[in-house]
Amino acid sequence: MSELLRVEGLKKYFKTPKGQLHAVDGVSFSIEKGKTLGVVGESGCGKSTLGRCIIHLLDTTDGKIFFEGKDITNIRKEDLKESRKDMQMIFQDPFSSINPRMTVKSIIMEPMVIHNMYGGDKAKQEEKVLEIMDTVGLARRLADSYPHELDGGRRQRIGIARALALEPKFIVCDEPVSALDVSIQAQILNLMQDLQEERGLTYIFITHDMSVVKHISDDICVMYLGTLVEKCPADKLFEKQFHPYTEALLSAIPVAKVGARRERILLKGEITSPINPEPGCRFAPRCLRAKPECFRKQPELKELEPEHFVACHLY
Amino acid sequence: MENILEIKDLTIQYRADNRIVEAVNQLNLTLGKGESLGLVGETGAGKTTTALGIMGLIPDPPGIVTGGEIIFEGEDLLKQNKKRMRSIRGKKISMIFQDPMTSLNPVMTVGSQIAESIRIHERCSKAEAATKATEMLELVGIPGERYGEYPHQFSGGMKQRVVIAIALSCNPELLLADEPTTALDVTIQAQVLDLIVKLKKEKQTSMILITHDLGIVAEVCDKVAIMYAGEIVEYGSLEQIYNHTCHPYTKGLFGSIPDLDSHVKRLSPIPGLMPDPADLPAGCSFCPRCTCACERCESENPQMIEVETGHFVKCFQIGKEEEHV
Repeated sequence: MSELLRVEGLKKYFKTPKGQLHAVDGVSFSIEKGKTLGVVGESGCGKSTLGRCIIHLLDTTDGKIFFEGKDITNIRKEDLKESRKDMQMIFQDPFSSINPRMTVKSIIMEPMVIHNMYGGDKAKQEEKVLEIMDTVGLARRLADSYPHELDGGRRQRIGIARALALEPKFIVCDEPVSALDVSIQAQILNLMQDLQEERGLTYIFITHDMSVVKHISDDICVMYLGTLVEKCPADKLFEKQFHPYTEALLSAIPVAKVGARRERILLKGEITSPINPEPGCRFAPRCLRAKPECFRKQPELKELEPEHFVACHLY
Repeated sequence: MENILEIKDLTIQYRADNRIVEAVNQLNLTLGKGESLGLVGETGAGKTTTALGIMGLIPDPPGIVTGGEIIFEGEDLLKQNKKRMRSIRGKKISMIFQDPMTSLNPVMTVGSQIAESIRIHERCSKAEAATKATEMLELVGIPGERYGEYPHQFSGGMKQRVVIAIALSCNPELLLADEPTTALDVTIQAQVLDLIVKLKKEKQTSMILITHDLGIVAEVCDKVAIMYAGEIVEYGSLEQIYNHTCHPYTKGLFGSIPDLDSHVKRLSPIPGLMPDPADLPAGCSFCPRCTCACERCESENPQMIEVETGHFVKCFQIGKEEEHV
């Protein structure tokens, strides 16, 4: 398998009146072609910022991003346009991420026009739009409708269709199903899996829903306050967790079975502020097993078992 | 067991632009004292409208309760005047709203918002109400010193705790919790759910928990009602609904959730979309999306059948199987 994307020590700080906000603080990982990397964490842990940095919607503060072996961290604007053909994004909210004044057809066609696909042949582009609409399960009769006429599930299909318009290799999916009802959510997840199989797409799947991430991912990264705390293959993570945060996170998920309630680890307090964070492990103030060392030094990511990486002083 | 709440044939409509939206259709529901019922359904199923109906808070216009009865402790809530409803609301029945960010008053301190509801319903001095409000804050796990702070100084989970404190401040008999944890992160959700369960036990409150998350229901509730297009399609105990699922819609809901314990390659979602409540099908409302629908389902609306003691299903297919047996 060949590596498609590699991120090394990625950092993104925002300036705020109170000081530096460490949204993403030294995250490293790589994704192989045709695989899905799930990124989970609670709100404010920097998972969306990470996705946006990779796709260059935000500039990175420090660190490197390699796409197909090429360093694209400080890519020139002209080259960025070119590389966007390979990297696309599906946004969380299908209500605010598409232009309400454009028809479905023109929304999906817009990226093709911008990139002058098919030599600017309008008829060919229109034909492609209809093909993509079939692929994502949008009826062709909806081509001239406006987004407000459609429900959330269909709108999210437009978002997916638009991301597919340039035939990318890699898509960052930022909570693509969180705004949808469960029955519709399942339809969209199946669609995304089918597309991956057909086209060999590579996904970064950002979500806060553990059961969704387990279902769709090959590998999972767990993030807490801008740092990566645990990374391993999806099935393994649910069998054995090392990091106390991952343990607590998994035990907190309500299970839809009678009497399936697991031993719950209740975390004290809430996520601490990412502005000018204290040295040491970010999770230490809420950790039930914190040692004095945890408050002094930030733990490094260590490989405890093959392919299972954990950043914790306990191991 | 004594019933605290009985809803009979409740019908609620919204009327706008000559269109009638049938939000709740002939809904029947009973809740025993001390029980917690999970009301499950997707967006637009009429869950919140039902709760607002019980509270007498349906916005009118456009909403109208066109029929039915809501019997609470022997009296029909729909027949009470506004003044009487005001004394019931907040005192005997209270509600936790979905979004803690918008349900608190941003220009009032959290303490005075809790004290306000105590002052309205109980004869006591300002100082007494303040003391009680501080106790409530501590009960939900917020230090009493934060009494004088404003909602924007609290995080989402803390705000939801304040909302819970307000709802429980007058020891209500019935608590309506409308998606109380949907806006929260899982670890915070776990804290809030534990709190609700603990307080409910201590105070012997009956509860209707509205949610779309079958996992939360499994943890908190004794009874489950599945709602679809303004009707209850399946009703029973937790065990009956989860282990002897009957209605095709309920089965579809379970098939749509990725399972944490087993590995399924593909999910089995329900095809299609929820019908437009302004244009409901003539027969069973789930018929257009149902995989085992027959001709009868298209033209006739099925009645509730009791498949086993306390387990009701609204589907023709279930009755049929029984007949064959």
